[in-house]
Amino acid sequence: MSKKVLVLGEVREGSLRNVSFEAIAAGLQIADGGEVVGLLVGDAVADLTQELIAYGASRVITVEHPHLKNYTSDGYSQAILAVIEQENPEAIVFGHTSLGKDLSPKIASRLQSGLISDVTEIQGAGDDTVFVRPIYSGKAFEKVKIKEGIIFATIRPNNIPPLVKDDSRSGEVSSVSVDITNLRTIIKEVVRKSTEGVDLSEAKVVVAGGRGVKSEEGFEPLKELANLLGGAVGASRGACDAEYCDYSLQIGQTGKVVTPDLYIAAGISGAIQHLAGMSNSKVIVAINKDPEANIFKVADYGIVGDLFEVVPMLIEEFKALKVNA
Amino acid sequence: MNIFVLVKRTFDTEEKIVVSGGKIQEDGAEFIINPYDEYAIEEAIQKRDALGGKVTVVTIGGEDAEKQLRTALAMGADEAVLINTEDDLDELDQYSSAYILAEYLKDKEADLILAGNVAIDGGSGQVGPRLADLLGINYVTTITSLEIEGTNVKIVRDIEGDAEVLETSLPLLVTAQQGLNEPRYPSLPGIMKAKKKPLAELELDDLDIDEDDVEVKVETVEIYLPPQKAAGRVLEGDLSAQVKELVNLLHNEAKVV
Repeated sequence: MSKKVLVLGEVREGSLRNVSFEAIAAGLQIADGGEVVGLLVGDAVADLTQELIAYGASRVITVEHPHLKNYTSDGYSQAILAVIEQENPEAIVFGHTSLGKDLSPKIASRLQSGLISDVTEIQGAGDDTVFVRPIYSGKAFEKVKIKEGIIFATIRPNNIPPLVKDDSRSGEVSSVSVDITNLRTIIKEVVRKSTEGVDLSEAKVVVAGGRGVKSEEGFEPLKELANLLGGAVGASRGACDAEYCDYSLQIGQTGKVVTPDLYIAAGISGAIQHLAGMSNSKVIVAINKDPEANIFKVADYGIVGDLFEVVPMLIEEFKALKVNA
Repeated sequence: MNIFVLVKRTFDTEEKIVVSGGKIQEDGAEFIINPYDEYAIEEAIQKRDALGGKVTVVTIGGEDAEKQLRTALAMGADEAVLINTEDDLDELDQYSSAYILAEYLKDKEADLILAGNVAIDGGSGQVGPRLADLLGINYVTTITSLEIEGTNVKIVRDIEGDAEVLETSLPLLVTAQQGLNEPRYPSLPGIMKAKKKPLAELELDDLDIDEDDVEVKVETVEIYLPPQKAAGRVLEGDLSAQVKELVNLLHNEAKVV
């Protein structure tokens, strides 16, 4: 049976995040011929409605309020619950982002519903939708479904392909006015620490360093390579524990789980906890001095050598490739 | 300060996962306190030592989880509670876990509840925020710094690598992110003391919970292991030739650059 699906578009620094378009694609599959309603929440989001439609939303609802400028679970849940009450969707999809992880359990609690977090693949459609999600940080997978009631899922960035953008698509845009009150959290400031604005969990390319990087300065060539490829820098626990970098860069069973198109592991031995966080990347390159390093077992391509020799050479080669392209 | 910490017994991160008969095999596996919950326990102990009060660690599980509770007591928690669902429930999900914890905590007048931001087994990170919602208190997830003065709370939280600075107040539930602190190892005297600390065991009946109240909302259809990745190619030749070949392979064969 076709379903009406509500999809939350996520705005970061004035632009829609890619995961929003992936969520629309997920929504369309669950909808099984039904409509996907895009939802935008913020202080000024009206300019972004057409983009959601171009990526496949049938129509878009906005909730604008000065108190929604910064994300808070209180503010956003008031806005979204008001829209849910009006629209009565049969399914809801959010991105499994910092915001989605924080917000979705509260909404599910209010709806007394199940919630399937961190979905990497959707099989079937409508009532028969089955969600695939990693467990044990990707050491295993499970297929799950909602037993009854509203279908609610968050999808991991970078796994479900979005539709091709089509600006000729059209759809209705409406707004819902909600009084946002009693915010219990006041956001004072956000200190940007991520590299060049590319988010690790959404990056198509990740260049990660381990103990072999040897120092904070040792990450510089890795950063240069990541920037050149439009990617983000990550790290193993070893590098974080040794204080070569911030814990927010850690990839592994504790830390982030990433699935980029290209993962370059430099000076990482490949402990099982680290492999759990990256082994589902599409293409893995390992650079390590030790030919016996575990990382070579999961790598598609390996170079046995000193990362401080190999990475600068890679930078030059990629630069040459760009010039010739 | 009346402080509660939610802990979960999980597989050791060193463990390989074996699936048979559609289930994860637990026989012979080592179990630990979920690593993110260790940060929560450590923070609770530090806050109690600074501000006074009591730390109670709570888990849902079977008899086996007693070991992890004793470890938390050895680290310095004051009391432990095991909500034993082994005989009553075949399965739990995030909805039912939050419901059970809320029924336990609703009359405890907790000032602060701490938990890990995610468990490394199920990986959903739902129970903390769901519990806060059921208790009607505010919550902040993935925190890396916590300052409490009176009932005022100042927090830094990790949002995908960036740091968000915020203010809120007690009562509050927070979930710990890596970097919050450095969890201590239980000391030998701590381990000895832990044996004498109170560890209460409750069942659903003790909390007036009916089995129908905690029926799961989510059903697992299948559990399986990811396909084994075939070993890749280790390139050969002199280093600059290898680098050239790699870039060529990534561009023309893998087509990722």
